[in-house]
Amino acid sequence: MKLRIFVTLKPGVLDPQGRAIHHALGSLGFAGVEDVRAGKLIEMEVADSTDDAAIDSMCQKLLANTVIENYRIERL
Amino acid sequence: MKTAVIVFPGSNCDRDLAVALGAVTGVRPTMVWHGDTALPDGIGMVAVPGGFSYGDYLRSGAIAARSPIMRAVVDAAGAGLPVLGVCNGFQVLTEAGLLPGALMRNAGLNFVCRDVALTVGATDTGFTRGYTPGETIRIPVAHHDGNYVADDATLDRIEGDGRVAFRYAEPVNGSARAIAGVLNPAGNVLGMMPHPERKIDAAHGGTDGRRLFDGLLAMVGA
Repeated sequence: MKLRIFVTLKPGVLDPQGRAIHHALGSLGFAGVEDVRAGKLIEMEVADSTDDAAIDSMCQKLLANTVIENYRIERL
Repeated sequence: MKTAVIVFPGSNCDRDLAVALGAVTGVRPTMVWHGDTALPDGIGMVAVPGGFSYGDYLRSGAIAARSPIMRAVVDAAGAGLPVLGVCNGFQVLTEAGLLPGALMRNAGLNFVCRDVALTVGATDTGFTRGYTPGETIRIPVAHHDGNYVADDATLDRIEGDGRVAFRYAEPVNGSARAIAGVLNPAGNVLGMMPHPERKIDAAHGGTDGRRLFDGLLAMVGA
C-alpha cells in the first residue's frame, strides 16, 4: 500500500521559509500571491496489513512534530 | 564529578563540550555513542552537544531524539539527573519531549554565527546559580534553526514558572519572547541555543560560559 503523509505547519505558526518563497515569487513578478506556507510530503510504501492506528502512531511519534505541525494521511 | 557527552552521527560540538567539562571538573567526560542503551554509572550530569545530528534530516534533532541512548537520557532526566542540551542538543531535547516548544528556521533565514548578549533569567537552578538575575552575559551562537516557538499558553506557563533561563538581549533569530534557553519544570534539564562551552577560557574571549559549568559543579558538590 502506498501512503502519502502531508506535514504542514499549524495555523498561527510563523513560517520563515514560506515567507521567503513568497518574497521570491514577488520578485519574479508574480502578482497576487497572498500567502505561502511550506510543508513536507512523505511518500511511503507499507505492508497492506498496516492498520490505521500504526500509521497514525508513525506520524505522532516521528513524522510530524505535533507542537508545530499537523499531518494528513492519504492512502493511494 | 563524572560527566557524559552524547555523540550522534553529525555531532560537531561534542569535543568542545568534553574539553569544557574536563576543564571545569578535572575529569574527562565519557563519550557515549547514540546507539548505546545506558549511561555510565555515577555521572553527575549528561550533555547533549551541538552539531547536525543525522544531517538535520526530517527536522533538526528529530532522528537523534529517537535514538536508543535518548531513552536512557529521558529516564535519567526523570530521575533528576542534570541534562544540558546546547544548540542541536536543545533541539534534540525538545524533540524528545523533555522541554516544551520547538526550534524553527531563524526568522531572517540566515545562519547566525556570532557572540550575542543574553539576559539571565532564572538563577535558582544548578545551571544558572553562577549568575545574578538580570545580568547580561556574552556567549556565541551558531545556528540556523534557533527560532524558539511555542503556543501562548506554553510561553505564559514557562515564564510564570520562572523557567526562562536566558533571553536574547538583542535581535538574533526571531525567538518567541526572545527565549534563548528554557528549563523543564523540575529545573534539572536546560536547553539553550548559545554555546557556553565556547566561552570557558579567557583566551577565547571570555569566561561567561564557564560559570554555567562551575555552578553545576558547585550544586552537585563534587
